Amino acid sequence: MSGPATHVRGKKTLARSILGFVDKGLVNAVLVIVAIFWLVPTLGLFLSSLRTVGDSASSGWWTVFTTPAQLTIENYASLLSNPTITGSFWNTILIAVPTTVFVVIFGALAGYAFAWLKFPGRDWLLIVVIVLLAVPLQVALIPLARMFGTLGIFGSIFGVILFHVAFGLPFAIFLLRNFFTQIPAELLEAARIDGASDWRIFVQVILPLGGPAIASLAIFQFLWTWNDMLVALIFTNSGSQPLTVAIQSQLRQFGSNIDVLSAGAFLSMIVPLIVFFAFQRFFVQALLAGSQK
Amino acid sequence: MTQLVAPVANSPAGGDKRRPPHGSSRRRMFMIALGFLAPALVFLGALVLYPIVYTVVRSFFSAGGGEFVGWDNYVTMFTNDSTFTAIRNNVLWVLVAPAACTILGLIFAVLLEKIKWATAFKLIIFMPMAISMLAAGVIFRGMFQENPNLGVVNAALVTVNSAFGQDAAYPGAAGRDGLGLVQDRGVIASESTVESGSEQNFPLVGIRVDSVPAAAAQAEPAVNARAGQLVGTVWLDVVRGGGGTSGQIDDGKTGLPGILVDAVAADGTIAASATTDAAGRYVIDGLAEGAYRVALPAANFDEGYQGVSWLSSTFITGVIILSYIWIWAGFSMVMISSGLSAIDRSLQEAARMDGANEWNVFTRITAPLLSPVLIVVFVTLIINVLKIFDLVYVIPPGSAKPAANVIAVEMWTVSFGGGNNQGLGSALAILLLILVLPSMIINIRRFREERQQ
Repeated sequence: MSGPATHVRGKKTLARSILGFVDKGLVNAVLVIVAIFWLVPTLGLFLSSLRTVGDSASSGWWTVFTTPAQLTIENYASLLSNPTITGSFWNTILIAVPTTVFVVIFGALAGYAFAWLKFPGRDWLLIVVIVLLAVPLQVALIPLARMFGTLGIFGSIFGVILFHVAFGLPFAIFLLRNFFTQIPAELLEAARIDGASDWRIFVQVILPLGGPAIASLAIFQFLWTWNDMLVALIFTNSGSQPLTVAIQSQLRQFGSNIDVLSAGAFLSMIVPLIVFFAFQRFFVQALLAGSQK
Repeated sequence: MTQLVAPVANSPAGGDKRRPPHGSSRRRMFMIALGFLAPALVFLGALVLYPIVYTVVRSFFSAGGGEFVGWDNYVTMFTNDSTFTAIRNNVLWVLVAPAACTILGLIFAVLLEKIKWATAFKLIIFMPMAISMLAAGVIFRGMFQENPNLGVVNAALVTVNSAFGQDAAYPGAAGRDGLGLVQDRGVIASESTVESGSEQNFPLVGIRVDSVPAAAAQAEPAVNARAGQLVGTVWLDVVRGGGGTSGQIDDGKTGLPGILVDAVAADGTIAASATTDAAGRYVIDGLAEGAYRVALPAANFDEGYQGVSWLSSTFITGVIILSYIWIWAGFSMVMISSGLSAIDRSLQEAARMDGANEWNVFTRITAPLLSPVLIVVFVTLIINVLKIFDLVYVIPPGSAKPAANVIAVEMWTVSFGGGNNQGLGSALAILLLILVLPSMIINIRRFREERQQ
């Protein structure tokens, strides 16, 4: 509130700056409370995951503040020696990484075509992509379950990857096209005068310059696939299921196995949280560019 | 490409600035574009567009797909209880969640401009976006557990409630058997009536040691009753560590303070009451001559306030929407905050100089300038909310699942989760598609407008 205070004339200034001071204190207080409210859920899950089944069944996680002795990494130890969980952790990686790679490659190729190549029907095709952005993936569940069944890839990691790549592409194309159009035309023309083919322009000009955009997309797509439950719930079996599906199957006996649940849920959050805190700028950029352009 | 190209300097908008191609080179360019587009087109065609068509057709066929049933699945959708609940809940979601997230995000974005730790605040609010809805579901299911010893929300409510309410509750108490006490619907009373001017004691058992307040002292026998009085002691008839005689006020037995004692007249009305002191003694004064029953009302022995059954049918959708807001308010805040930083501040400054107050600056200048961003956020959230699945699948316990149902969950249940009716499932998927159509149209219009600028 220093803004108005410095701009008003005369006698109002003092009154306004006092008001501004109170106002600022109030805003800070409100936002501190909001921040605490937003942190408590995650904190609660984390602390629950560090308590034994017995403790979790008889008292709440907040009792660790008075009796910190109950903290233990037992749950994580037993989780990491549980082959279902470790197997599904690997499956999650085996699904999320290839999906991200394919979405980025195919999205970048198409994004370049939409941004810099002229071909008949381009605008209409782009509108189709924009329409597909909002298509709920529910419309593909039944036919693809059938199709994958016929192809013999129902229940395999490969099928899940295909599904995610298809539904990740509209956003990828849209996002990268928007970024690529902002690359200065002179750079492309200069390369073209030097006799570079479209392929070389793509590899040597677009990809390096589009690095931040591609990073944004990759992070977004990775988190999206990592966190998916619905597609995996239908298209994987007990051998190919990712963490989300493995953990949700524990939900039926909630309370009796809060130890597996809370530690498992937190385990599934660790990778996304690391990615988020390390690259949050890119993540935000993907959201901004994806929906504003 | 080997063509000669006229150098195009300072071409403003990129993209379309290629020389007009002729004849064979035109076909060549088409082939090149096709080469770049091919992988994406194959994926989108085979795994998105074809399935849409398939699902549309499938929605007109029976559960097993064998016979054409026309609009039957769509009729079922709106007449079947479980699907209709799902549709109704989706409407509730769309009405509440996007608006709540957008408004909250707007408030956060405006307020955080005034603090020095804005980056930290943004990170905290935005962080839930990174985690899976499954994890968020596990978190909220734990937080809203009914038992106030386990669920943090009810724990907080019970704490607040007992800080303001009377806190002498002795759940589980019962009169010592064979000592002239009866218990009926929570009330502990003297078996027979007592003349005023006499004594009625209440040796109780069954009380947890931790519900006896710290203020409780060694139980003391009541002072002799005068005329018009009823006196007595209420105590915990147990000596810690064992020993003592049932019904006797021995050393080591604690009085139970704060218990309400009623003198009930013959016609059932309460003639007078008193509360026990630290030693468990009570004195009911001012009674007319006569016989009374002495009763300890049930309120003394209630479990007390135990919070709200959040995960019951009544509140479940509210709780799930709350968890959604916890996740998505950050998205709306980040979007709006970046929109705010792009606004030209001189307009606001000018308005302030002219004496406009903060509220008017916000409603007349900031909000209108923000409206494009607000629309983007709102539309994105609507598309997202319509498809909500994970949270509704994870949070409600079995008993509340029917009440929490939404279209995406119902679609999963009828097609894959045991319903085995892919005809109805397809119709539900198409309903979702129809519901996002308005948002698609808004997206296309926005895109076209931006191109024309």
